[in-house]
Amino acid sequence: MAQLATLAPPPARTAGRPDKPPVHGAGGQALRKRRTPWKSWLLFLLFAGPNVALLVIFTYKPLVQSLQYSLLQWNIGSATARFVGLGNYTAWFTDPTTPNVVRVTVVFTLATVAGGMVLGLSLALLLNRKLRGTGMARTVVVAPYVLSGVAVGLLWLFVFDPNFGVLGAMLKAVGLGSPDWYNDPAWALPMIIVVYLWKNTGYVALIYLAALQAVPRDLFEAATLDGAGPFASFRNVVLPLLGPTTFFLSVTTLLSSLQSFDIIQAMTQGGPLEGTTTMMYQIYQEGFATGRAGYSSAIATILFLVLLAITAVQMLFIQKKVHY
Amino acid sequence: MGLQVQERVTVKQRSRAGGYLMLLLAVAAMVLPLAWMMLASFKDRDEIYTVPIQWLPASFDLSNYADALAAVPFGNFFINSIITTAVGATLKIVLALTTAYAVVFLEFPFKKFVFGLVVFALLVPQQIVIIPNYTLIADLGWINTYQGLILPGLASAFGTFLFRQHFLTLPVSILEAAALDGASHWTRLWRFVVPISSPTIAAVALVSIVSEWNEYLWPLLVVDRAEMMTLPVGLTLLQNNDGVTNWGVLMAGTVLITVPVLIVFFLLQRRIVTGLTSGAVTG
Repeated sequence: MAQLATLAPPPARTAGRPDKPPVHGAGGQALRKRRTPWKSWLLFLLFAGPNVALLVIFTYKPLVQSLQYSLLQWNIGSATARFVGLGNYTAWFTDPTTPNVVRVTVVFTLATVAGGMVLGLSLALLLNRKLRGTGMARTVVVAPYVLSGVAVGLLWLFVFDPNFGVLGAMLKAVGLGSPDWYNDPAWALPMIIVVYLWKNTGYVALIYLAALQAVPRDLFEAATLDGAGPFASFRNVVLPLLGPTTFFLSVTTLLSSLQSFDIIQAMTQGGPLEGTTTMMYQIYQEGFATGRAGYSSAIATILFLVLLAITAVQMLFIQKKVHY
Repeated sequence: MGLQVQERVTVKQRSRAGGYLMLLLAVAAMVLPLAWMMLASFKDRDEIYTVPIQWLPASFDLSNYADALAAVPFGNFFINSIITTAVGATLKIVLALTTAYAVVFLEFPFKKFVFGLVVFALLVPQQIVIIPNYTLIADLGWINTYQGLILPGLASAFGTFLFRQHFLTLPVSILEAAALDGASHWTRLWRFVVPISSPTIAAVALVSIVSEWNEYLWPLLVVDRAEMMTLPVGLTLLQNNDGVTNWGVLMAGTVLITVPVLIVFFLLQRRIVTGLTSGAVTG
């Protein structure tokens, strides 16, 4: 059918629209320009309208509403709300648990973003070597990334089980005892970080690998011929070329790390003793478990502003640093 | 001289051996937890709660699976996950395609603004707007419904962005020929643009399918009836049923949700990898 449509002779078209003169070549451009404005508005509305409407209804409007809610003392589902100005914000900043939430968020984010980049780049360099089986290894390494965060959290919970888990058994084999991962706040956070890295490092490696494969092999060889050792050639030749990729990954992994929820919910529910309560987790907990929707919205607004600020700084940084 | 060459060869060999060792370690670190999950799903209680640990189950006993299926309505979870994923991912792709087409090929005064509006949404995490969205869906009476599950996450910012980048690379001549034939924009999109973009669409579609399938926070909020739960939400019902985790049953449930995805991933990994990397390469 598509073939036929393409091959249909021009007269059929002019016959179908007697009001329009036959068009030749560049005339089509002029015709398009002369189209009545309401028609092009309608066409655009038809094509882009639904998506934009959904974004307005479910992203932009709630963003503004969230800001409004943050000024209210209001419990979710409740019919009454009281305007408290910036009360929720001052309450959060002065709450005795806030320093801990900030610490957990910063440690978790730094460890998963920086750790993920270092591990991911190392993996990518390994997978980029001319070794047999790297194709298969790449597939295996990326596989956890496509799995459900909840499922990943639950299966790791059994790996970490201090009594019957495989990790405890391996630690015992080398003469170490297993920490009480579930009940010790000092160990629960590292546990969450390990699981997050296990799930997401493959993605970082994959992106770095794609970038590495775009680096011409001659560059490596030229650097080696110049007498540069593998480390020097990596630092001076490869690393600068990976700048844009590193920037892209730093933005995307930071955004997803600050939003991570599934693994924490499946493994620790923010505990023990709030040892794994990040700001994102607190938003959920205050909004839906405690029901303090106004307070939760204030935290959401703070987190959003932090995200915006970090992204803006990264943008400025990239404009200064990465130009080839 | 000969000695030096020989030395260099052994250094090279040693580095290769080191490379293989690292590769093996990396693969083992990825596979071991998954293997532990699968093995546990076949073990009976005595084989799980034992010190020192027992690696292999005595038999491939399916009673954990039977228990998991009996404890919670897994069939419903599967159907709900399939419906929300299929409908959600399909509509998302259609919305992304039409928006990207409009932004690239249609004449409109505020095109740049509209595209900016779509792309800026990438910076607004859905998790930050859960309370207003939850309130809206609850007010509409859409708790425990498919529309409540699907609609709020339907808009496509990332897909629109990727398709726009791709459409900009398409040869203009084909579309001009179609335009001269009097094909409407709708026809041009579905008859000409979509067929030549199928690799990109497939890649983006697979990534959307995976993320819809694994979606957790939103379905957790808008569904509280077991029959309407999706797999990730329903799976947690197996956790802590009676205070003590029954690992065998929980791992059987976890296998049921992860293995289909793993099979699809291994079958279509080339396409999925393209989808995952395309954002980075064009961005």
